[in-house]
Amino acid sequence: MDALTGENQIVYDARGLVEPDCEVPKVAKIDGEKATFDALDLTTRQINLELRWLINEEGVTDVTVHNPGAKHSLGVGLLTRCKITFEGSLGYFGLGIIDGPEVHIKGRVGWSACENMMSGTVVVEGNAGSLTGAAMRGGDLIVKGRLGARSGIDQKGGTILTMGSVGANTGFMMQRGRQVIVGDAGHGLGDSMYDGIIYVGGKVRSLGIDCVPGEWTDADTEFIDRKFRIYDLGTPPTFQKFVCGKKLHNYDNLEASERKLVL
Amino acid sequence: MCGIAGIIYKDGEHNIGQDMTRMLQSMKHRGPDSTGYALYAKPTEHVVMRYTVANTTTPRDYEFQSRLRRNRAEVESRLARLDAKIVGNEQETDYAFRVTLDYSGELKKIADQIEDIPDCEVLSLGHSLEIIKDLGDAETVCEQYHLDTFSGTHAIGHVRMATESDVDISGAHPYWAYPFSDIAVVHNGQLTNYFQWRRRLERSGHRFNSECDSEIIAVYLAEKMSEGMSLEDAMRLSLDELDGVFTYLCVTADALGMAKDEMAAKPLVLFEGANMIVMASEEMAIRAIIDHEIDTYDPYEGEVMVWTR
Repeated sequence: MDALTGENQIVYDARGLVEPDCEVPKVAKIDGEKATFDALDLTTRQINLELRWLINEEGVTDVTVHNPGAKHSLGVGLLTRCKITFEGSLGYFGLGIIDGPEVHIKGRVGWSACENMMSGTVVVEGNAGSLTGAAMRGGDLIVKGRLGARSGIDQKGGTILTMGSVGANTGFMMQRGRQVIVGDAGHGLGDSMYDGIIYVGGKVRSLGIDCVPGEWTDADTEFIDRKFRIYDLGTPPTFQKFVCGKKLHNYDNLEASERKLVL
Repeated sequence: MCGIAGIIYKDGEHNIGQDMTRMLQSMKHRGPDSTGYALYAKPTEHVVMRYTVANTTTPRDYEFQSRLRRNRAEVESRLARLDAKIVGNEQETDYAFRVTLDYSGELKKIADQIEDIPDCEVLSLGHSLEIIKDLGDAETVCEQYHLDTFSGTHAIGHVRMATESDVDISGAHPYWAYPFSDIAVVHNGQLTNYFQWRRRLERSGHRFNSECDSEIIAVYLAEKMSEGMSLEDAMRLSLDELDGVFTYLCVTADALGMAKDEMAAKPLVLFEGANMIVMASEEMAIRAIIDHEIDTYDPYEGEVMVWTR
């Protein structure tokens, strides 16, 4: 068998199709600053090329994508302020490394949506898979359904707000930013977090290492109220607040004998 | 990586062969090495056996064709000696066969007798279960085995990216739970206490046809059920007794279950409709058979769910 390298390498797109020399399909209907196109028969790469062509070259600021079909990696790397609506669900790795867009998804998102998101807003009407908002650095990610496991892993900024429950190890190794969970949290909440704040409205199955209850302040109330008001989420419930106990990643000033006692 | 899929209809038979092919083909990128199906047709009084008389790694030398003929003749001879009357006999490929048997004895005897023949393997044995697996993508396997008209009530499937054992039919999923009738499993993940469980189950008299860790799950569950446990209880116990990261699907003659380990490290997306429950490693597989907008979700860590047809 030939080694799968160089020209012999088979490249699959999200539907398992080989897509060697993809060109911008230019199928969108453009009306001034608005555009719309049907993604049903387009591959991931074609959809992303179409979005970039519309936004970067045609001066479009508001794009509606029909039939995204839960394809992977849609809308990644959009680095400008614009408005994008997906009339359906996204697959894995959607909207990675975006910086500025206002995105509305009228379905669900799969694993690793909004990974490394820098700024902008993303509103998901349905549920989201695991690792949502991983390493997110800024912006607001609103999920109206439930979230999978390890959401906000390595989060470095921004806000993840979910109206449902979340899975295990939410906020794992979180470094900054906030998570707001209206429902319940799975085991290991905030495990090994460095910093940041996690608010939980429901039950917490268990706290992770070095995640501890925090003291509620007026700033917390103001923050929660503001987010619920901006995104029209109704009246916020009563939340518990969790923060980093600063005993895991902050023990450099401890004696060797004390380090053993930390955990 | 691998991809798994499952479907169960609550309102009778559907074209599950075609459904599963569409789902698995849409996840081809998760595992291009082999594709497998466990399909459940309407139960019959006969025993249906799917078996192979050579593997894909069997040398294709000058003697290959004559070995296939000899092995097939030996299989039929041994079935006759066991009083298993062949009432239907179909050749799917050079090396894969489907026989329907009039047989009321112990299924283990058939499996042991057939697998005693070099290069022969029983893929499935039961009154409604049929396991079909081979190298290539779903469309290739579907065409080879004429699955586009297979009618039944529930099914699971698998696309395999081989990581810890050979690319061959033995290493492909689903796994039949030898020697228990009508139980099969597909798995995405790795089991880290595979060898402990394999030694334990071999001491209990079970055989393993592959070096694939996933084969353990099928036999493990079947053994627990043979001790009186329900499918759901056996699956719940497996979360404690099997180590590693895994999401797996198990099917019996009338049920389909899913289990996800405590780390939730392997994906599964679920859709529960009025007449059907569909699940897959990726949502696009579900959308391959449902053309309207639906609400799907990921089961959480440590979750076990079972549906009956």
